[in-house]
Amino acid sequence: MPGETILKITDLTKEYQTLKAVDRISFSVEPGEIIGLLGPNGAGKTTTINMILGILEPTGGTIEIFGKNAWQHRAEVNTNVNFAAVYAHLPPNLTVWQNLYVFGLLYAVKDLKSRIVTLMKEFDLEKFSGTKAGLLSSGEMSRLNLAKAIINEPRLLLLDEPTASLDPSISQMIRERIKAYVTRTKTAILWTSHNMREIEDVCDRVLFLSHGKILLSGDPKTMHRDHGKKDLEELFIAVAREPLSLKAEV
Amino acid sequence: MHLSRIYAIFIRQWFLMKSNPSRLASIFMWTFLMILQWGLISKYVGTFGGSTFNYVTVTLGAIILWEFTNRLQIGVMLSFLEDIWSMNLINFFASPLTIAEYVGGLVITSVVTGLAAFLVMVLFSGFGFGYNVFVIGLLLVPFMLILFVFGVAMGIFVAGIIFRLGPSAEWLGWPIPMILSIFSGVFYPVATMPSALQVIAHVLPTSYVFESIRLLLATGSFSFQIGFNLIVGGLLALVYLAATYAFFVKIYRHNLRTGSIARFSAESV
Repeated sequence: MPGETILKITDLTKEYQTLKAVDRISFSVEPGEIIGLLGPNGAGKTTTINMILGILEPTGGTIEIFGKNAWQHRAEVNTNVNFAAVYAHLPPNLTVWQNLYVFGLLYAVKDLKSRIVTLMKEFDLEKFSGTKAGLLSSGEMSRLNLAKAIINEPRLLLLDEPTASLDPSISQMIRERIKAYVTRTKTAILWTSHNMREIEDVCDRVLFLSHGKILLSGDPKTMHRDHGKKDLEELFIAVAREPLSLKAEV
Repeated sequence: MHLSRIYAIFIRQWFLMKSNPSRLASIFMWTFLMILQWGLISKYVGTFGGSTFNYVTVTLGAIILWEFTNRLQIGVMLSFLEDIWSMNLINFFASPLTIAEYVGGLVITSVVTGLAAFLVMVLFSGFGFGYNVFVIGLLLVPFMLILFVFGVAMGIFVAGIIFRLGPSAEWLGWPIPMILSIFSGVFYPVATMPSALQVIAHVLPTSYVFESIRLLLATGSFSFQIGFNLIVGGLLALVYLAATYAFFVKIYRHNLRTGSIARFSAESV
């Protein structure tokens, strides 16, 4: 339904024996919104994304996607969700076309062959159609990952460091394509990155995670000033090194 | 159940087989070598038995059906391993794919490779050694169905073990056909075994199939005992299938709790 909340997370928690990887976080994402999920390594970003994707069971709390409990309606909900992550490799022994075909079938994409043609054109992958994914460069592989991530025209897209290890030129190109895609489709995006300039460029709102909790949230272009920091990167470093002092500032 | 998702799992394996002949060789080479080796052994041993005992008929029939079972088990296991080796589980399980559809895709892949191997064995044993597996008659159908269900069940079981213990547990899967063949009475009657081992044989559906084949070849006709064996073997095979599928689902749920699916790679479990 147009205008409905795409993702609503309430008191989401993940515990591993004595470790609380994610500790009662709550937030929501609206259509067309790009939310940055920031935090130092081990803050709980990927754990949160994995729980939303349905590959990690939460210990507590709820995840609602399109108004439905994501864990009770996983297959139905995931038809309109997709993701790209630096650690989730597409099968290297399938060609670019074969990868898109297999994942198009998994997401039950209609008119799949013409959708693949469109995506290969959009991501400059036409000349690699018959090339095995394992032979692609990092930039080409990232483009393939993104093509796979939007093959089903998802209403919720999760991007876990989508531009990690890419040169600035390719990173910028990928950012522009994602922004254009969001403008066109009103897809909601949850984006993690350690590149603060990238976050400022693409995100409407950011959530800073530290030790599994949401420590800060706000507009990436202005929030550093609210906390007396020079820029978003300095704020990030403060969150990583002195989360307690920052918490006191809130 | 969504057929396009089951087809996706199958076609992914088909693309792999098409792209690299070594995968096809692994299906056909072993079956070819098994028939060649056992065909020659049977021919030689048959020279001692005179006209009263056709060793080729008994042994090659058993080998073909047993290898068919193995191909099904290995087919499921190898398809699952392909996803582990390419660290692809996260992509699959983060999609709308359900566990039943995933297992369904693996089973269809193994059925296709198992039937292809069966065809090669039938042709080679026919042309090479003059053996016709269809001498068993229509009963070949229920025999193969029982072996098919049990082979698939064993494949799901091994995939479940690998899913739980990690890719290095692959080695546990390879000797299973050998172990089962000892207790299944593939090459000798169950009565030949010590009584303690016969207990194990009696809970394996495969033993009922191979006992029935020997009985059929000895008497030349269907009997009450063969009918009884088919029912018990069929029920046992279904029980194994249900139990191993439940085992695989249990391991999947365990991995959802621990986060292993997202991090599944060599030695990560």
